[in-house]
Amino acid sequence: MKDIILDYIKNEYIDEDEADEMTLDENTPLISSGIVDSFSMVSLKRFLEKKYSISIPDDQATPEAFNTVSSIIRLVEKFKK
Amino acid sequence: MAYPSVVQEAYRAELGAIREKGIFKEERFIHSPQAAGIAVEFPSGQPPRRVVNLCSNNYLGLSSHPEVVAAAHRGLDERGYGMSSVRFICGTQDLHRELEHKLTAFLGTEDTILFPSCMDANGGVFEAVLNDQDVMIADRLVHASIVDGMRLCKAMQDTYKHADMKHLEQKLQDHQDKRVRLIITDGVFSMDGDLAPLDEICALAEKYDAMVFVDDSHASGFMGKTGRGTHEHFNCLGKIDIITTTLGKGLGGASGGCVSGRTEIVELCRQKARPYLFSNAVPPPIAAAAIKVLDIVSASTERRDRLEANQKFWRQGVSEAGFVIKDGDSPIVPIMLFNAKLSQDVARDLFAEGIYVIGFFFPVVAAGQARIRTQMSADHDIPMLKNALEAFKKVGDKYGIRGLDKKGIIEKFGV
Repeated sequence: MKDIILDYIKNEYIDEDEADEMTLDENTPLISSGIVDSFSMVSLKRFLEKKYSISIPDDQATPEAFNTVSSIIRLVEKFKK
Repeated sequence: MAYPSVVQEAYRAELGAIREKGIFKEERFIHSPQAAGIAVEFPSGQPPRRVVNLCSNNYLGLSSHPEVVAAAHRGLDERGYGMSSVRFICGTQDLHRELEHKLTAFLGTEDTILFPSCMDANGGVFEAVLNDQDVMIADRLVHASIVDGMRLCKAMQDTYKHADMKHLEQKLQDHQDKRVRLIITDGVFSMDGDLAPLDEICALAEKYDAMVFVDDSHASGFMGKTGRGTHEHFNCLGKIDIITTTLGKGLGGASGGCVSGRTEIVELCRQKARPYLFSNAVPPPIAAAAIKVLDIVSASTERRDRLEANQKFWRQGVSEAGFVIKDGDSPIVPIMLFNAKLSQDVARDLFAEGIYVIGFFFPVVAAGQARIRTQMSADHDIPMLKNALEAFKKVGDKYGIRGLDKKGIIEKFGV
């Protein structure tokens, strides 16, 4: 799951000319660093819901829950059950 | 009245946190009309000093133009101060109709509806014309008012990487099942000064059966050969379904905005757009002055030509002086400093040299992208810009940043 989400984030949010100089792993801050903002976060939420056949309530899709790939995995696991 | 101390404390703590982050905004008091040279009281309480203004949206220098001021006076004398009504009750004068017709002709569209501001136009248009069967696909750097307007709308939201046509195409393919696909972009991006590639966007819109929305607030009056806007620049006149723009920047600088475009879309806004329905009409003096502004920019390209010459001089000058700038073809020229504190220090030192600029940093721009945004006006002249350039060189030398590229500046100051 980690690699799938990391790949999506790289393709969806990182500009090609920035990809080489940026290291991205499961603990890289996404929201607080500005890589993903609340405006563009909706596509990530939709991707997770479609990919893992889950529904994430809006009140759970918080910037904190989406701030790292690790926290996103925890969120997905919670709703997969 | 209940203002509990716990609430007051919470507000004070929030204000304290804003100050601590270094993003507390303070107003600077100007003791003169808006112009290329202004008298600014800063810090508050100090005697005003004359400075060159490089941070206003007065692109065409019409904010205090004598003919525009005289037209506002005539509007005031002949049609009064305010309407005391929304448009559809008893707030529409012949002036509003005339201004809407002139905007339609100038922008090359089918019809136009005025709003109190472009912020309101962007806040109302999406909800009025889209529903939950539709999708809005926006460039990630669109203006905050568009983001707010999209949030008020039930259509699905999606975004594409800034000006990335491959990514936009992918999104259009993803959403072929929707009733309406609306591509949403600024014409000129306010913080970067670059242009949306409207020719490519219109081609993709045609290929994937999508409509196009452009906020041309930082372009109307001067982009394109006759100043019609970014759509004229890219030979896309008549191809943009919805244009929103403001009367608060190049087109006079007071206030007011509009939605201009397809007849049915404008009519739906007249019936449904809440900021139009529930706020007062643009005041008569402003409507009268805006009509004069459109007469001036329609009669001659002299001002936009001068603005273009100033922009070229300034871009070349700061670039040759060894500063990093964002490429573009607009009067917005961001001088990149990357480090937030450096942007504040340089802006402060430039003020001491008689140059008024503002440093922008995260969250107004992306993290690590701090800058000083300079903006040209047709009212600047070359000697004024030469002086400004000398001040930039002096301050640039103080910090040793001239000639450094992005990597060099970040190595020296961090991000």
